[in-house]
Amino acid sequence: MSTQYGVVLFDSTQRAIQAERALKAAGLLVKLIPVPRQISSDCGVCLRFLWQDHSRVEEVLRDHRVAFAGIRQL
Amino acid sequence: MDKPLPNIIYLDNAATSWPKPAGVAQAVADFINYLGANPGRSGHRLSTAAAELVYDTRSLLAEMFGAEDPLRVVFCKNVTEALNTVLRGLLRPGDHVVTGSLEHNSVMRPLRALERQGVELTAVPASPAGLFRPSDFERALRPNTRLIVLNHASNVVGTLAPVREVGQIAREHGVWLAVDAAQTAGVYPIHMPADNIDILCFTGHKGLLGPQGTGGFILGERVPDDAIEPLTRGGTGSRSEEEHQPDFLPDRFESGTLNAAGIAGLKAGLEFLRREGIAKVRAHEVALTRRLLDGLRAIAGVQIYGTRDPAYQVAVVSFNIAGMYPSEAALALDEEFGIMCRVGLHCAPAAHRTIGTFPQGTIRFSPGYFNTPAEIDQALEAVEALARRAHTPTYQVVNRERSVYDDRENR
Repeated sequence: MSTQYGVVLFDSTQRAIQAERALKAAGLLVKLIPVPRQISSDCGVCLRFLWQDHSRVEEVLRDHRVAFAGIRQL
Repeated sequence: MDKPLPNIIYLDNAATSWPKPAGVAQAVADFINYLGANPGRSGHRLSTAAAELVYDTRSLLAEMFGAEDPLRVVFCKNVTEALNTVLRGLLRPGDHVVTGSLEHNSVMRPLRALERQGVELTAVPASPAGLFRPSDFERALRPNTRLIVLNHASNVVGTLAPVREVGQIAREHGVWLAVDAAQTAGVYPIHMPADNIDILCFTGHKGLLGPQGTGGFILGERVPDDAIEPLTRGGTGSRSEEEHQPDFLPDRFESGTLNAAGIAGLKAGLEFLRREGIAKVRAHEVALTRRLLDGLRAIAGVQIYGTRDPAYQVAVVSFNIAGMYPSEAALALDEEFGIMCRVGLHCAPAAHRTIGTFPQGTIRFSPGYFNTPAEIDQALEAVEALARRAHTPTYQVVNRERSVYDDRENR
C-alpha cells in the first residue's frame, strides 16, 4: 500500500512557512510542495503531511492560531 | 571589529550604520551564491528555503518589537516607503492627522501632499530643546482625527518623543498611532503593545544593522488587515487566479519580488542584536553620547542643540562652531581629521525651525554601537581645533569676504 498524504492549504506562502515551523516543532513530518493542479490553479505552496496525522496537524495549527484555508486528502 | 579603511572615524550612523556586524555581508553573499531563488513564488526547495528565510526575518522583527503575528510584518525598501504606504493608504480627504514639529521629510512631504488633497494637518510644536508635552497632542485632536504620526527620536537633535503617553491618548480617543522608528529601532527598546503603538515603521539599514534597501512596517492588533490601501499592486505568488489584489497580510502590501538578499543581511543584523541585547547597545550609546556632550560643552565657541542629556535622547548630537559654516566644518573634518559626519538640514527643515537653526543647519555627530570612547575623544580634539581656527582674526576676515562674495553670487 502506498503512503497516503494530505495537504494543508493557505492564503499566503508566508502563512504556510509559519505552519511548517509550528508542525515541525511538534515533531510532525511535513514538506512544503507546490499546490497540486487538481486542488487549485494557485502558483503558491502548500504543506504535505502523512494523512494518518491529519487530526494532530489540525490540532497543532489551531493551538498555534495559524489560519489555513483547508485540508485535503491527496 | 577590523575596519577596512584606516584613519576613518565614522560618526554618521543616523544616516546609515557602519560598519555592519561581520555576518551581514556574508549572509547577503551566501543568499546570492547558494540560495538565490524567488521567495514564495515556486514550490521547489530553493524557493521555499528563500521563503523560510524571509519568514524567519519577520519572526525576529516581531519578537524584537513585541508583535504577536510575524505575518503582520510587511517589508518595504526603507522606512520612507513604509511611511508613504501608511500615510497615503490610510488618510482620505476630510480626515485630520496630527504630527510633531520634529518630523523628517519622509513624513512631512507625504503629509503636505495629502494636505493639498484635502487632508487636515496639525503639527504639534516641540520646545526649542526638542521635547514634547503629551497633553498638546490631546488638545490637537478633532472629531475627524484619524491618525497621530510621530517621529520616535529626532534625526537632528536625537530627542525621544513621549510615544507611550501619546499612544495612550490616541487609544482613549479611538485614534491610531503610527511611529517612525528610523532612529530608534535596534538602539532603544520598543514594545508595540506596551508603548501603545498601532503601526511601527522601521528601516533595516540603521540601528537594525542590515543592508540598505530593507525596511517595512508592522501592524498592531487594533489595525485591520484591510485598513490601509496598498501603494503598489501586482504579483504576490498567492491567489494567482485572481486579478484583484489579495487583502491578507503581508501579500496585500508585498507585490513583486522582495529584496531577499538584503533581507538575508537584515536577518544577520537582527541575530547579532538579539545576541548582544538592545539594553547593551543602548548603554554603550548612552556612554558615548555623554562623553561627546561633556566634551563639546567644554569647547569654547561650540553651541550644542537639544536636551544635552543622554537619558532623553538617542546617539544623535547637533552642534555648531561659532564663526564657521557647517559645510566648511564637514569638509575639514573629513579631509583633515578623517571624521565622517553629516551637516546641513538633515532632510528635516521643520526640526531645524523648531531648534532655531534654519536655514544654516548644524553639524551632526551620530555615534553607533561600533564606535569607541577613543574615537569620540579624537573627534572632540578635531572640533576643538576647528573652534580655535574659527576664532582667529585671519579666518574671520577670509570668511567675511567670502560671504559677501556669496551674496553677490546669489543676487
